[in-house]
Amino acid sequence: MRKPGKPTQTRYGDDLVLFNWTGIWTGAQQSIPIAFSVFAYGLVFGVLARQAQLSVAESLLMSGLVFAGASQFVALDLWVAPLPMVTIIFTTFVVNLRHLLMGAGLRDWFAGLSIAKAYGSLFFMNDESWALTMAAYARGERNAAFLLGSGLTVFLAWLSATFFGRLVVAVLKNPARWGLDFAFTAVFVALLVGMWRGKSDFMPWLVAAIVAILSSIWLPGKWYILIGGLTGSFVGAMRHED
Amino acid sequence: MKIDSLALITICGMALMTYITRAGGFWIVSRLSLGKRMEAWLNHIPGAVLTAIVAPALSAGGLAEVVAALATGAVAVRSGNILIAMLVGIVVVCGLRILSL
Repeated sequence: MRKPGKPTQTRYGDDLVLFNWTGIWTGAQQSIPIAFSVFAYGLVFGVLARQAQLSVAESLLMSGLVFAGASQFVALDLWVAPLPMVTIIFTTFVVNLRHLLMGAGLRDWFAGLSIAKAYGSLFFMNDESWALTMAAYARGERNAAFLLGSGLTVFLAWLSATFFGRLVVAVLKNPARWGLDFAFTAVFVALLVGMWRGKSDFMPWLVAAIVAILSSIWLPGKWYILIGGLTGSFVGAMRHED
Repeated sequence: MKIDSLALITICGMALMTYITRAGGFWIVSRLSLGKRMEAWLNHIPGAVLTAIVAPALSAGGLAEVVAALATGAVAVRSGNILIAMLVGIVVVCGLRILSL
């Protein structure tokens, strides 16, 4: 076991942490519930992609290479001829900035992985898989392939749903009608309650909640996740020495 | 298989930007040697980020969302099963919306 606080990353195969098929399988299994709601939203994306006049190939390329729901929906909104390339690319970057914070949170677990495994897994990191992964780590799961297994499951759901949604005429025009929009919130709530470690979490969470709510009112897009998450975790760090 | 070249460039640009955000956070912190303060910050990220995702969704929703979230949380604590907790949340929110609460 490596000493905490001293990250060492190996260049080739020699991982300092566990990373194998068992982890992939565990991550995949635990992501099946969320994969269904991802699938529902992928269908919607496919339908909207058709309306924005993306070809089947273009829709699949976007879902497969970008693989970030929120930014893809925003991109469709901006997708008019002549294509505002720079605006779409920059907006995508801003909408996805929250990933920076999530990746930082993986440090303790991923620092001992080879570069290929760490940065390969990170391609598949999405909000839901990241949350499941952090919750699994908090529970004592030590197989770092968990994120990859979860990410691949969500990836397959997203990609196949994009395909069906783009081909087939709208089946699920309004997922909110069936409460499916709440599926994501529900999963995050369920994971959050499992992360409660005691009183020391109260202030950071409270600050994160208040700042995020205010940011969501005043700022566009997903800024609120980054700003709320940063402020809340800073409060946790500041209070640490007390 | 129709792919417009401008669309292809745009999609590749989006993909590159997104991957930078995915890899960048880990890349930066894995290169820092961390003090106690920094370690404490990283430990607080998961809870803070999840709270920041959930809180606006609940405050923007109505009573239905809040009640459903409470039910979801309670079931999650009791059963420790995310699937069951999620299903309960969806059923509750769907039911309450039909009753238009």
